[in-house]
Amino acid sequence: MSSTVSLPTRLEKLVGSDRVRASETALQEFAISGRAPLAVLKPRSAEEVAEIVSFAVAENLAVVACGSRSKLELGMPPRGYDLALDMTALRQIAHYDPGDLTVSADAGLPLHELEGVLGAKNQFLPLAVPFFETSTLGGAVASGIDSVLRQQYGTARDFLVGAEFVDGTGKLCKSGGRVVKNVTGYDLHKLLIGTLGTLGVITRLNFRTFPLPELRGAHLSTFTALEPALDFHASLLKSGLPFSNLELFDAEFSALLAAWQNKTGGAPKSLSADGWKVVACFEGSTAVIERIRRELQERSERTKAAHSENIDARSAQSLEASFRGAFHWLGRSAPNVAVLRIVLPRAASGDVAELLSGSQPPLLRSAFALRACGVAYVTLLADEEADAANAILQREVTRLFSQVEENKGSATLLHASPWLRERVGVWSAKRADLQMMQRVKQAFDPHNIFAPGRFVGGI
Amino acid sequence: MLYEFDGSVEKARPEVIVFPHTTQDVSRIVKLAAKYQVPVVGRGAGTGLSGGALARRGGVMIVFARMNRILEIDVENRRAVVQPGVVNLDITRAVEHAGLYFAPDPSSQKSCTIGGNVAENSGGPHTLAYGLTTNHIAALELVMPDGEIARVGSRHGDAPGYDLCGLFVGSEGTLALVTEITVKLTRKAEAVKTLLAIFDEVGDASRTVVEMTAQGITPAACEMLDGWTLRAVEDYIHAGFPRDSAAVLLIEVEGLREAAESQAGAIAEICNSNRAREVRTARDDRERDLLWKGRRNAFGALGRLAPSNYVLDGVIPRSKLPEALERIHATGKKFGFQIGNIFHAGDGNLHPIVLYDPRDTGQFKRAIAAAEEIIRMCVSLGGSLTGEHGVGMEKNELMTLLFSDADFDLMRRIHDAFNPDSALNPGKIFPLSKGCGEIRVHKSAQSAGTRR
Repeated sequence: MSSTVSLPTRLEKLVGSDRVRASETALQEFAISGRAPLAVLKPRSAEEVAEIVSFAVAENLAVVACGSRSKLELGMPPRGYDLALDMTALRQIAHYDPGDLTVSADAGLPLHELEGVLGAKNQFLPLAVPFFETSTLGGAVASGIDSVLRQQYGTARDFLVGAEFVDGTGKLCKSGGRVVKNVTGYDLHKLLIGTLGTLGVITRLNFRTFPLPELRGAHLSTFTALEPALDFHASLLKSGLPFSNLELFDAEFSALLAAWQNKTGGAPKSLSADGWKVVACFEGSTAVIERIRRELQERSERTKAAHSENIDARSAQSLEASFRGAFHWLGRSAPNVAVLRIVLPRAASGDVAELLSGSQPPLLRSAFALRACGVAYVTLLADEEADAANAILQREVTRLFSQVEENKGSATLLHASPWLRERVGVWSAKRADLQMMQRVKQAFDPHNIFAPGRFVGGI
Repeated sequence: MLYEFDGSVEKARPEVIVFPHTTQDVSRIVKLAAKYQVPVVGRGAGTGLSGGALARRGGVMIVFARMNRILEIDVENRRAVVQPGVVNLDITRAVEHAGLYFAPDPSSQKSCTIGGNVAENSGGPHTLAYGLTTNHIAALELVMPDGEIARVGSRHGDAPGYDLCGLFVGSEGTLALVTEITVKLTRKAEAVKTLLAIFDEVGDASRTVVEMTAQGITPAACEMLDGWTLRAVEDYIHAGFPRDSAAVLLIEVEGLREAAESQAGAIAEICNSNRAREVRTARDDRERDLLWKGRRNAFGALGRLAPSNYVLDGVIPRSKLPEALERIHATGKKFGFQIGNIFHAGDGNLHPIVLYDPRDTGQFKRAIAAAEEIIRMCVSLGGSLTGEHGVGMEKNELMTLLFSDADFDLMRRIHDAFNPDSALNPGKIFPLSKGCGEIRVHKSAQSAGTRR
């Protein structure tokens, strides 16, 4: 520290006292894995963010940018955490051109607020992420967390067309633009996606928007065994039918989902805790919905589903919202939970499901869900936090990590106790391109002030 | 001399041209070049339109023509692993038996290579629905400027870490050479409907596009040809474009039968409400292919009208289409050119074509000035410098219209993180006028590029 004046006082001088909080309560609100920052700042503008970052560079302070703080647990806890940047005061829509299907909005704008504005013009942003009700645009992008509509609309990488951000030298930079097709300069805005705030502080994001679907539908099939469920799931993928989401899950997942649905708005009757289930979600005109329903019915009969039902539009929407928030409720479904996100070649995903459906270690239950885009979620649940349960969780996660690696996939621990996180890490394996990633980090953040240690490989 | 040119109006001469067969060959060549501090530029088929594959600072040109094997096709996971010299359309030909295809479809897809597509992040008519090349690449094998071989991305997507694959795609050969590409394959749609809407006023055609976008209708492709261009095309291809019309829209919708039909109906309605003279629907594959043949060969057709043509590439917000076309017309008038327009109207990606005689220096200079005025206009309307052709050595000086010193500083740091000595493709993307182009001059770099 370069001055005898206290840090909060120096920060107040920089941005004004109404923008700085340093009370114990305020600091605890922004704690990550028990570690609180020295001060919380709430900048009013991108320029103010740049000033704060410049200050942080000069004083060698570590900075973590936050939106609604719903996903701060992702990644490793940062090695340094001096300043929390509360970005929620940056919440303007800078441009919205409904006729162009593009929108440009500040990073701190809540997704649901944007949803309202776009919805008034019959449009939406297909960033259907967990904690949708509170998440900010910046947080949703920086966390890189899956959107449940990915099968149909892709990831943020497919509809983020530009960004403004403050780099690690305290300069306000931009990349991309506000048009839907653009190859001018390096695609640095896409590079920011999923980086957990380690490359820069996102201040504004430009997206392509989409027309709201006319109607939504869903269909649920139940199978007595995994194999026909997987066959059915695979046959739907090959069918060419447009699904917004396609989930295959086991009885435990079904039970947890039903419990969550009952809390939030009623589950379809057949969401019982038995067998393997496949839920298909789709959207379109009446003719498209009818056609998909008809084919689903025929296909589920052909694959000998034990039960098959069409779900009405209202229940379909509520089911989709539950899938959207799965990361949220899965993590809270038992006292000691580990949620893993696994990406595997399509053919190998069944192997993991099979493994999980086999003999369970004592003290542990597991829930499995496989999405259409090749992403599987494995949740390990223990009803106690005692050492024995922790040890079993540790062993299971380690085993899954290595199994995924053998199958040339990758696994990320999305949710776990700090104890487990510390022991097994968050990512399944060392990346061969780690050195290249470090070079990117160095270029964006030469003083290593942005969330140091939070990202892959200790970046 | 052949390798002095590409599809652009630029010219630059390499000193040595090599044709590697393997990644190891590429690595050895790059190591040798590094040892003697000679710049290296990669090249596919040389169809690029921004001078990306020209040796602006001389040195070694690595032509990937002989690295043209499809190494693996994985139908189950919809992936293909290919060498950079594979021709774009050959990927589709190799997988279409399984109902799959490679979605990015530049107009030059019969000759351009996938390596070039990756370097430039190429687009095409169907970008509107399916995105640019970057949306269809899962992983890359690279040779870095020191000759080391690296891999980025992951075959099945989504590996944790920074999206390096996304960074390298579209970096125009300025960060690394691409030696192997894992592409994502797309399933062919169940139904395709191709419409030709004929207009007596250009403004009606462009307003149709604006209204279609505003109503949230995203066709798979939406191309516009103005009257002057379509007459040239018709004389050459006989695609069935009406010679007396002011503009046509070639619109394609894809998807489930039910969706394609209702979309086609809605589009026809919008065309009619904007005073389309006629809306035709291709009755079969033969008719569809003919319409597309007319579109894809348009540049060739125009090539018959003048010794040379300059195909521009700018992007505007789609709602500004009528205004942009009027201003292009005014620019043509001002500089004494008839400027043709044949472009991807659906995503606001303009391709004005200036016909000129390169032997007439005055005319050439005017063509360049007209081009610059049009690109500046695109930016002033809230658009961008290039939608799919890349910056290369064509527009590097115009980059300052969009980017600040801070933006360049960061891009330069990214550049230097991988290509610190500007050994790979020097003189591209970054404006030389701002001193951020060639800071490091190579010993043997004597043959500076000049415009033709």
